[in-house]
Amino acid sequence: MNVDPDKNRYYYRSLTRNIVILMITISIIPFILIGGVTLYYYSRSLKANVMAYLEVIVTEHKVHINTFLDEKLANIQTMADTFTAKQLLDDSFLRKKLNILRERYEDFVDLGIVDSSGYQRAYAGPFRLEDARYSDADWFKRAMGENYFVSDVFLGLRGLPHFIIALKKKDPQGNIWIIRSTIDIERFTSLVENITIGKTGHAFILNRNGEFQTKPRFEKGGRFSLADFYPKEGTEKAGVSIVERKQDFGNKVVYAISALKNGEWILICQQDSSDAFSSLYHVRQLVISIAFISFLSVLVVSFFLARAMVGRMKMTDEERIKMGEQVIEAGKLASIGELAAGIAHEVNNPVAIMVEEAGWIGDLLEEEEFQDIDNLKEFQRALAQIKAQGIRCKQITHKLLSFARKTHSQLTDLQLNELIEDVVGLSERTARYSNVKIETELDRNIPLITASPSEIQQVLLNLINNAIDAVGKDGGTIKLSTHMDNGNAVIDVSDSGCGIPEAHLQRIFDPFFTTKPVGKGTGLGLSICYGIIEKIGGTITVKSAPGKGTSFIVRFPIHPLEKKA
Amino acid sequence: MTKTERDQKGRINVLLVDDEEGYVNVLSKRLSRRNICVTPFLKASDAIQALRKKDFDVAIVDLKMEDMDGLEALKIFKRLYPPMEVIMLTGHGSQKAATEGLSLGAYDYLTKPCDLDELLAKVKDAYLKKSSSD
Repeated sequence: MNVDPDKNRYYYRSLTRNIVILMITISIIPFILIGGVTLYYYSRSLKANVMAYLEVIVTEHKVHINTFLDEKLANIQTMADTFTAKQLLDDSFLRKKLNILRERYEDFVDLGIVDSSGYQRAYAGPFRLEDARYSDADWFKRAMGENYFVSDVFLGLRGLPHFIIALKKKDPQGNIWIIRSTIDIERFTSLVENITIGKTGHAFILNRNGEFQTKPRFEKGGRFSLADFYPKEGTEKAGVSIVERKQDFGNKVVYAISALKNGEWILICQQDSSDAFSSLYHVRQLVISIAFISFLSVLVVSFFLARAMVGRMKMTDEERIKMGEQVIEAGKLASIGELAAGIAHEVNNPVAIMVEEAGWIGDLLEEEEFQDIDNLKEFQRALAQIKAQGIRCKQITHKLLSFARKTHSQLTDLQLNELIEDVVGLSERTARYSNVKIETELDRNIPLITASPSEIQQVLLNLINNAIDAVGKDGGTIKLSTHMDNGNAVIDVSDSGCGIPEAHLQRIFDPFFTTKPVGKGTGLGLSICYGIIEKIGGTITVKSAPGKGTSFIVRFPIHPLEKKA
Repeated sequence: MTKTERDQKGRINVLLVDDEEGYVNVLSKRLSRRNICVTPFLKASDAIQALRKKDFDVAIVDLKMEDMDGLEALKIFKRLYPPMEVIMLTGHGSQKAATEGLSLGAYDYLTKPCDLDELLAKVKDAYLKKSSSD
């Protein structure tokens, strides 16, 4: 019946933990599933949107830039077609043409006519470049090979970044001339630099060697691995490719790349992922924080719920144990009762015979022939003694019998005073050992109560035994009194013992509460008493003054009896 | 038997039934000494046979006997010869059986071991009651 409290505590703790885990799992898994799936599809569609937007921007600007280049080329082409080489070789004519061009397009910086040997024969512009030699210049060679050429940005002879549009022109005499014009780099780059997307999105142009053709807005980021960015050979017209790369700093960047100028340049539009997908990150953060908060609240709620549930279970378990104890106690008492009844019965007849035989001897002694024998008085005294002891035996067996009769736990009408006398009779022996005197003060007008005799007996025995323990070896008195109060029958069991400290008073009816050393008391006595008295609608209360004594007051309801014989 | 019949006049005729032989013997001796005519039986059935032949004034019956329950015997006695008063002896102090006996017409009950003087007084009272109702 004694359960190891450590093991018990471990059992309840693991039960609590399991319930918490179960509740969290059940409530969190669907949440995570729904949240995860929603987030996944949302992020997919959002990324697709962002990328489509980037693609549109890049495509638009690609068209702009290509148009810009084509336009410049077309301007020069028109000039070459309209005027003869002879006209163009005249510096003042050339200057006039440049001025006309610059009026419409400020992009043109200068104009020059170069002969087939690379010697600049005419020049109009802000620099002093007359008679410059371009025979070794890359653009010159390329323009001589192809019909026209738009160069990369380079420093050239003048030491400033610029690019050149060169066009081949044949005059009727069969001489080949190259018409070249420098395009203002600032004007050109502003076309690209004006592209801004969000906070970090910007664009720039690279040539095949990875050199910037326009100034990137932010001078950050490592070297670009061009192989990744360049569209594959032959697929340069394929439009825009979009990639996401991790940079050295760990932040991700989205690149939208498109080929320009027949694949010689590439237009790159880049934006930090955190910027491009900011609304996605925002939603993700929101979802994660909602998930975290709901996880916390589920944790807290399930913890308290589990605690409450397990607490309730613990209480029922304890009650069950208590009930079990009570049943066992009642069972024990019943079997003791049967045994006592058997013994009392068997003993009564022989005792009756002994007493009667002694009486018979007494009768015979009264005859005259015995009147003058020496020991007549002694005989009479001995017979009286036998008779007295016989009566004592009778009293003992009658106590046993009445105890036995009351071990049935069914409800009957009970005379409290008789019951008290019986129990006091049974306890007197124990009390004498402890030098305790038991007094009774019984109100003869107590009506019958309805209760189980064995249970009330148990209550009284418990109270008296506790009182004897409280009084201790030094001796003292226990007083049992009955009286009527407010229509209730009241039994008062008072002792002159050590009393109960106030701290313990609250708990003395709790199951398993005991102040006795381990193994000496179950801590169930008073809780069983409490259960028994509660069951029949009575109350049991305690008053105690440490050092002076304790009294237990038991009140029994008096039912207006249905079967009054 | 002849002696008791001869002494019948003026003496109380008592039918004593108990299955404890020792008790029956000593009790009948002591009662006889006190001028009471006792006819002892160890079995209730024998006592019933005797009652068919002869009337008794008072019966002393043990409530618990081997061959028959004391209450059964009481019922039969009361039917055979209603005027006879019955005093019950109980060895187990059973209040319930005793009160049941009283409701069946028994005169009184005593618990074993009982004081002889008390028994004697009860027998005499019962005899007086029987005589007055005759």
